[in-house]
Amino acid sequence: MIHSLFLVNATGDIFLEKHWKSAVSRSVCDYFFEAQERATEPENVPPVIPTPHHYLISVFRHRIFFVAVIQSEVPPLFVIEFLHRVVDTFQDYFGVCTEAAIKDNVVVVYELLEEMLDNGFPLATESNILKELIKPPTILRTVVNTITGSTNVGEQLPTGQLSVVPWRRTGVKYTNNEAYFDVVEEIDAIIDKSGSTVTAEIQGVIDACVKLTGMPDLTLSFMNPRLLDDVSFHPCVRFKRWEAERILSFIPPDGNFRLLSYHVSSQNLVAIPVYVKHNITFREGSSQGRFDLTLGPKQTMGKVVESVLVSSRLPRVVLNANLSPSQGTYTFDPVTKLLTWDVGKINPQKLPSLKGSMSLQAGASKPDENPTINIQFKIPQMAVSGLKVNRLDMYGEKYKPFKGIKYMTMAGKFQVRT
Amino acid sequence: MSSSSAFNDEKGGSSSVGEPEYGHDPASGGIFSSDYKRHDDLKEMLDSNKDSLKLEAMKRIVAMVARGKNASDLFPAVVKNVACKNIEVKKLVYVYLVRYAEEQQDLALLSISTFQRGLKDPNQLIRASALRVLSSIRVTIIVPIMMLAIKEAASDMSPYVRKTAAHAIPKLYSLDPEQKDQLIEVIEKLLADKTTLVAGSVVMAFEEVCPERIELIHKNYRKLCNLLIDVEEWGQVVIINMLTRYARTQFLNPNINESLLEEGGEKEFYASDDDEDDEEKKAEAAALAKRKPYVMDPDHRLLLRNTKPLLQSRNAAVVMAVAQLYFHLAPKAEVGVIAKALVRLLRSHSEVQYVVLQNVATMTIKRRGMFEPHLKSFYIRSTDPTQIKILKLEVLTNLASETNISTILREFQTYIKSMDKDFVAATIEAIGRCATNIGEVRDTCLNGLVQLLSNRDELVVAESVVVIKKLLQMQPEQHSEIIKHMAKLIDNIQVPMARASILWLIGEYCEHVPKIAPDVLRKMAKTFTNEEDIVKLQILNLAAKLYLTNSKQTKLLTQYVLNLAKYDQNYDIRDRARFIRQLIVPTDKSGALSKYAKKLFLALKPAPVLESPFKDRDHFQLGSLSHLLNTKAGGYQELPEWPDSAPDPSVRNVEVPEWSKCTSRKERKEKKVEKPFYSDSEGESGPTESADSESDSGSRSESDSEQTGSGSESEESVEESQSEEEEDEEEEKMKKKKKVDKSQPKKSESAESDQSSGEEQKKERKGVKQRRSGSESESEEESESESSESESGSEEDSESDTDTRKKKKTPASKPTAKDTKKESKKETKEISLLDLDDFAPTSSPQVTPVNNFLSSSLASDLEGLSLTDTVLAPTTIAPSASVRMYELLHRITGEGLGVEYCFNRQAFSPDPHMVAVQIHFTNNTSCETKNLHIEEPKLQSGMRIKEFPEIDMLPAGESVSVVMGIDFCDSTQAANFQLCTHTRKFFVSIQPPVGELMTPIFLTENEFKKEQGQLMGMNEISDKLTLGEKCQNDHSIIERVNATANLGRVPCGSDKDCRFAGKTVSSGSLVLVTVARKEGGGAQLTVNCEKMVIGTMLMKDILHALMQ
Repeated sequence: MIHSLFLVNATGDIFLEKHWKSAVSRSVCDYFFEAQERATEPENVPPVIPTPHHYLISVFRHRIFFVAVIQSEVPPLFVIEFLHRVVDTFQDYFGVCTEAAIKDNVVVVYELLEEMLDNGFPLATESNILKELIKPPTILRTVVNTITGSTNVGEQLPTGQLSVVPWRRTGVKYTNNEAYFDVVEEIDAIIDKSGSTVTAEIQGVIDACVKLTGMPDLTLSFMNPRLLDDVSFHPCVRFKRWEAERILSFIPPDGNFRLLSYHVSSQNLVAIPVYVKHNITFREGSSQGRFDLTLGPKQTMGKVVESVLVSSRLPRVVLNANLSPSQGTYTFDPVTKLLTWDVGKINPQKLPSLKGSMSLQAGASKPDENPTINIQFKIPQMAVSGLKVNRLDMYGEKYKPFKGIKYMTMAGKFQVRT
Repeated sequence: MSSSSAFNDEKGGSSSVGEPEYGHDPASGGIFSSDYKRHDDLKEMLDSNKDSLKLEAMKRIVAMVARGKNASDLFPAVVKNVACKNIEVKKLVYVYLVRYAEEQQDLALLSISTFQRGLKDPNQLIRASALRVLSSIRVTIIVPIMMLAIKEAASDMSPYVRKTAAHAIPKLYSLDPEQKDQLIEVIEKLLADKTTLVAGSVVMAFEEVCPERIELIHKNYRKLCNLLIDVEEWGQVVIINMLTRYARTQFLNPNINESLLEEGGEKEFYASDDDEDDEEKKAEAAALAKRKPYVMDPDHRLLLRNTKPLLQSRNAAVVMAVAQLYFHLAPKAEVGVIAKALVRLLRSHSEVQYVVLQNVATMTIKRRGMFEPHLKSFYIRSTDPTQIKILKLEVLTNLASETNISTILREFQTYIKSMDKDFVAATIEAIGRCATNIGEVRDTCLNGLVQLLSNRDELVVAESVVVIKKLLQMQPEQHSEIIKHMAKLIDNIQVPMARASILWLIGEYCEHVPKIAPDVLRKMAKTFTNEEDIVKLQILNLAAKLYLTNSKQTKLLTQYVLNLAKYDQNYDIRDRARFIRQLIVPTDKSGALSKYAKKLFLALKPAPVLESPFKDRDHFQLGSLSHLLNTKAGGYQELPEWPDSAPDPSVRNVEVPEWSKCTSRKERKEKKVEKPFYSDSEGESGPTESADSESDSGSRSESDSEQTGSGSESEESVEESQSEEEEDEEEEKMKKKKKVDKSQPKKSESAESDQSSGEEQKKERKGVKQRRSGSESESEEESESESSESESGSEEDSESDTDTRKKKKTPASKPTAKDTKKESKKETKEISLLDLDDFAPTSSPQVTPVNNFLSSSLASDLEGLSLTDTVLAPTTIAPSASVRMYELLHRITGEGLGVEYCFNRQAFSPDPHMVAVQIHFTNNTSCETKNLHIEEPKLQSGMRIKEFPEIDMLPAGESVSVVMGIDFCDSTQAANFQLCTHTRKFFVSIQPPVGELMTPIFLTENEFKKEQGQLMGMNEISDKLTLGEKCQNDHSIIERVNATANLGRVPCGSDKDCRFAGKTVSSGSLVLVTVARKEGGGAQLTVNCEKMVIGTMLMKDILHALMQ
């Protein structure tokens, strides 16, 4: 399966390598660099690159390429999914997954990789098991390690791998028992230039942070489970129970995890919470263009739209933009032509707008495309699909846990075509 | 304290010494010296007896290894510490050892004894980790030790150790393939393991060591299927992939009947049912031996059922594995369930999207219907990486059909404006492919592409020219206009490829443009010397072709061009010039070939085929690396073809069944093997089916069970006579049984297999035949099940795959349906109901007769309807009484509940984007009907329904009307939903005629002209017609147009013209219709609409209305 792994940074240096079988020379990455050169953007590097003797499968995250070397047939998604799992684990351990963080914790990284794959086949990928084997670095532990000279390798043996509930470590103890669930919904939408919706979908996740002593068995039920059209579960969720009763029943992993991701059936109307009035024009023959953008709330059910961020890549002929926002700040990068406008909250009484002119390259003809506008926003305390958690019950343990549910709506890939 | 100073040292070291050393600059000598020095102090630290120092040293060494630095010279110092008590040091030593043991084989042997001791440890975890490291050390000498350790561990008490043993197998195999036989023994043993922990790992070992030994799986097949859901995710992927291959070798193709149909020979296949002639029997038997009726093996079903929940996995690889399993193994009707899960994966990281889209692209070629409802999920966002955009485009193109082409083309129009030029080029090619695949939009596409020729971007123009060239090649006669237009373009376009394409086109079709072609040659002769090579070659071609067809005008020009080419720098061009001269210019000793010059140059060229690069990729197992690369990767296991006859299923029987579930299955199955007892197998597959499909498609499971019901009904009639005989046969000799197996069961069984593969057409016929022969007395009830069946059939079609079948089916099923209803008095109504259902793919050419029928009846219905002033607001137009009613639910099908609907052309107030549909319920029963409401709408994506408020009670004999709103998204696709009463549910569908998708708007003449001016080109369709006899005056024209489409009249000055304006209800796109009357009963009809397909369909409908 996976032969070797190379970590390549944005400048094209290999800063970490790990081999699970015989070592593969790092020159194999030359094929990767070639492909990287051919693709102008890092996102356009093909995930699978065949070379004469190997296949390179890579993922690009946090400005690092994770390049896996494969020698024979293996489902590409298997490798890709695993690499993403590696990145998630790093992020879980170090807070961020950057080149610096990996270099600082190179020993932990190496130990993790050693545990995650055996002979190229995934062995332990559950974060609960890994944390039992290798303690994540914390400030306190770093200090302690400095004084005692110990590492992060766990003293006890990985009992989790033996249990029937491999995702939960045993002997969990907390003084405050609490379980928090965040229902986060994202609206993916394409709005056409006349303001009508081309496509709109709601994707949601329920992220949980569970800190409960012992082996609790939780059930979570919804007021309106029929809203959920397509779901995918953390392995801890009992599928049969869901099929039969539409109830989520599970023994949770310890700590943070994604319980459920779902898709709201497309027949339900999607309330689009913001609208955009735009007027971006370029006149033929003149080196000026007009830019006029106004945002407004729509169907927000009385909630405030927050953290609004508008970004748009202007056509190449735009040299500079001279705009004035009614609120927030804007930046325009003349190299990447990226215009970003950090709006903040939308006040329905005083709609935020960004107006002004763009200066174009002299002599260039007017661009025939208009830029797309990407919008990000957050609406707290609301799930746009109307999904509601009915109740959360705990069985198997005697204490009374503290329970909390939070709702939030965000923009996913929200684009307005102009 | 010392340790803390050591730590600081290390920090300092890595910043001052470590960094430059890491800078890829091995040439500078200083580094080497410091290297040596550092290694010395590392050795010292390792030799010390302080654990903390050792640990520090090991950390630094591991960091070196991680950076790819060679630390092999430290091997002796490190290996000593393998027996270190400190578990942390030990772990790091293991990491080092595994990395370098291969290079230092002799020294590595020093560590072996430690691991051997570890293998005997009472703690299972220590045993496991000892085995893990021991097997990871790639030293050939220790192969026997490893073998022994693996064998021992394979029978360890602890499943965890056994798992480790399974992991060790491929390691040993790669080290020494000689050990294969012994390893297979271990694998066989571990395959029998019943714990989930081991299952994934051992199958992985099986796949790496002996994937060809499929027989090892037999006994474990059911166990693996049952354990699957509890195996860890990575193991699931491996097991599912392996089981896919296994199933391909052991089970029969569930779609076998369809493939048989495709091969033809339908007739004989059916004939065998009622013709019992002796002479035919032999031939039949032979045919049947080849084509046994299909019954799904319960083990096959078990696999499909147990993998399905895994579509809900969070792991994309697992979802993909299940998807490919369903694609390769499931009956066509069931494959649809994977679409939703795959679409979900498109939300994931771009690499996942990339792989999933590749697979979806392959699937869409074979099974388009599956992804059609998810069309919008493939719409492209400007932020997608280019490679994702191009793949999505591929999928969209594959999904394009008559019904959705307008939306797709509209999307494409936006894509053409993208900044990403590679993507724009790909879009243009995609438009070309849509145009070739869907004849209806060919002209619109061509017009659009021609418009693109005036685009400012050269790349766009060039790509369009290339695509237009390909399109024109298909039907050049009709397009001399376009060729002329392109000839004009030659002055402006600079991209060589485009110029060459234009020249080739003109040359090829010079007879269609006899005046222009020589002129183009004249121009090109002037610029010949400055052209690119490919253009020059095409100029020569053009010259030669013109010389052959029109030598009078072009003789001199050709000579001139040939002379120029003679002295060209490029030898290809000189060569070509010489060749052409010899061929075409008559000389004294002109060769034999010159006679054939015309044939050579002006041979009819076959039109190029624009097809998907993903065609035929499905011979690779989906989801595999080989599929992605479209070449066979090393170690790829070919997906075997289905066997012709099923291998013995009893091999999977386990002697001592351990799990109760399986016991019952097995017994049932054995029974089935012995005697094919249909009612029995029916009973088994029935519930399975509905349980499976419960979550995703209510309608399908419903229709399935309905079919099952009626299917078994008809079987019984035949079987009655035979059943006794069959029961006896169970004990009788093999020979006789075989004969019965082949001939007799076939009739009833094939009925069953048909329904599983969704082939109603066949079944219906059979039903008719059997009914006739068996019992004539079956009456109302029978026909009821029949009609409900045909209804559910059409419903199934509209939602699910195989559109080709749809076309085939539509005309075929109608006559049969009519046949069966001979005795039914409601014949006419029945037909109209069916016709409405069939009306579904309005735009496809196959159904035009139906279309005719409808519009004629529509016209007759509307006779006597007089509309005086259509200019007024929409509410006054078309009083609902005169509007045509459509049947939604016939009162027989509805068990006394009759439902009709009409488009009342009122604005639907709750939502202006919806079309108001008035539904009229009549209760013909003697008791009241309660709780009438709508459930489970099954809509194309984007479509919405606003249900009418529930009707609490409808007394007997009463009727009531309600209004509901449907947003059809400006398509004529049917809205399917369930109509529920307190007792029953009915599947119904509402299909709007295109004219009802719009609502009138008021425009003045000037506004109209202005709007019309903006909707030219691709958006304008116009045609000539002869007005029907009764349709010569303005009044009747207005009346007819208004009957066909919900449009408002535009007042105008001229009395020759009638103008109508409206907008589509859902998106508000303008629809403008102009009827310009000419002398002698002729007229010109022009439709301008942003939505091209709406325009096309409306055009057709209005034409029909006016010509009668």
